[in-house]
Amino acid sequence: MTYEQYLEQLVATDDRVMVVTAENRGAIRNLPSIIGSRFVDVGIAEQTMIGLCAGMALRGRIPVCHALATFLTLRAFEFIRTDVGIGNLPVKIVGAVAGFLSEANGATHQAIEDVSLMRGIPNMGVFCPSDEAEMIAGLPSVLAAPQPFYIRYNAMKPADSLLLEQRSAFQIGGSETFGDNSNDTDVAILTYGFLLREALVAQEALQKQGVKTRVVYFRTVKPIDTAAILRAAHECSLVVTLEDHFKTGGLYSIVAETLLEHRTTADVQPIALDERWFKPALLQDVLEYEGFTGASLTERIHTRLREQTAMLPKNGTVKHQTI
Amino acid sequence: MAATLTESRIHDLQALALRVREHIVRMSTDGGCFTGASLSCADLLVYLYSDVLNISPDNLRSPDRDYCFLSKGHDVPALYATLAERGFFAKERLKNHLKTNDFIYWHPNVNMPGVEFHSGSLGHLLSVAMGVALDCKLRGQTNRIVVILGDGELNEGTIWEGTLVAKALKLGNLTVIVDRNEFQANIRTEDLVPLEPIENKFRAFGWETARVNGHDFTALNAAWNALPATTGDTPTVIIADTVRGKGIPSIERRADRWFCNFSHDEVKMLVQELHGEAIGELTSEALHVR
Repeated sequence: MTYEQYLEQLVATDDRVMVVTAENRGAIRNLPSIIGSRFVDVGIAEQTMIGLCAGMALRGRIPVCHALATFLTLRAFEFIRTDVGIGNLPVKIVGAVAGFLSEANGATHQAIEDVSLMRGIPNMGVFCPSDEAEMIAGLPSVLAAPQPFYIRYNAMKPADSLLLEQRSAFQIGGSETFGDNSNDTDVAILTYGFLLREALVAQEALQKQGVKTRVVYFRTVKPIDTAAILRAAHECSLVVTLEDHFKTGGLYSIVAETLLEHRTTADVQPIALDERWFKPALLQDVLEYEGFTGASLTERIHTRLREQTAMLPKNGTVKHQTI
Repeated sequence: MAATLTESRIHDLQALALRVREHIVRMSTDGGCFTGASLSCADLLVYLYSDVLNISPDNLRSPDRDYCFLSKGHDVPALYATLAERGFFAKERLKNHLKTNDFIYWHPNVNMPGVEFHSGSLGHLLSVAMGVALDCKLRGQTNRIVVILGDGELNEGTIWEGTLVAKALKLGNLTVIVDRNEFQANIRTEDLVPLEPIENKFRAFGWETARVNGHDFTALNAAWNALPATTGDTPTVIIADTVRGKGIPSIERRADRWFCNFSHDEVKMLVQELHGEAIGELTSEALHVR
């Protein structure tokens, strides 16, 4: 089932759902003729779209609105924060081509602060699916949730290693662990979104090289599985945060906040975009140029492990400590 | 509302408006409020909430009632005074202005019965009202959705974005009322970002327009009764010409009397001024800065 087919089905079964767009029709192009007046296109007017969705939510609707993630979370930010956020209205905000998925568009289109902005709004949930199958698996819970949600739209086909039937049931605030789940693991790679597949490639490579590695994938970035973060800090020598997002405000920040709140520390390696936008290109080329392919990740983690060993005191350990 | 207002009806509305203005003046102390902008729209709100709009304390949960969104949220004293006088909540609560034991502060809060939505950031509630209007239209309702905008608020790009989109969505059940008091925060609109001719701008966007004296109940009533049916395709705007500070000559049309925080003695004097019994001499600090 595609995202569009899912929405079509949903509109047919739940009369609260409205599909709204600011002329971003790529994923929902066939819906106007199928769902008629339940489809609203306001034109290239993101702020008006968000206000309109807030108004419809006041009337009991569940608007699912679409625009490119940058224009949605940046241009319409104050409308999201003020109308949807303060109102705590169940508007579901779907941002297209977020993170590396903007490919060759350039920095104007790079939503790499979207997670940071959206999670900063009280009650706003953040859902960054790994692929289309997970997106559809998660949408029933996300749309049924009484609060607003930001969804990093991702229609990529699942990797062979990530067929839905082999994955655990989707749960808001849940996480999935792949690989070494013992209490004596070398590396934990924490991630969200489509980079899961690259993380799994890295995990396999590291395992083969004798580095015990787990991947912790967050089903929602907010609320987040705090226990899984703490477990990684406690059980793994190195915690890697992997995200196509600025280093500031995303998963690395969440991990830092979580560890501090629990008076815990760990050796954390952020793999993110540090104070810069990424090189515009087709996705695979972006991943290679920016060092986010499974192979690059493997190498970057190895490098960090070597640095870690060099820094070790004699007979010392870098396992977590309470501060 | 009747096609024409009888003299006794006009007298009642004027008496109600005077009571609303008294409340506004009494809220303009111990921290103060946006007195001038509240006084300019007092007659508008009194008119709308006196059996014109189908909104009452009893039907707030009714889906087919009318709606009235106050987008220029800083004039909330006028709204609260009107709602209190119309029985949406106890008048006693107005004394809680700026107190932490209630929700009455410088901008609207939805916990106050009768407030449709919070506002304060200008340029927001046109689009929120459009969402409500669109939903009402989709459900085949014939109610009217009113949005009150400030004239300074017309500086905001989202007003014109919404004006374009409301026409595109054929929201004939949407009526904007512009409180045209000729001032933004610190300066006359025409001296900063000129707005005139306002009606032409809305007309160019495909809206139907009317222009009236916003303090004249007879004129307001005529404009209201002339509005096209809500089942049409064209949104409407009423430009209501008003006076900032209306009712208190010593602060009327004064750029420096936007936000007012009067002394208790000044409040007493200004209430007398409202009743035409004196002209106040104001010594409290005038605030210029937004």
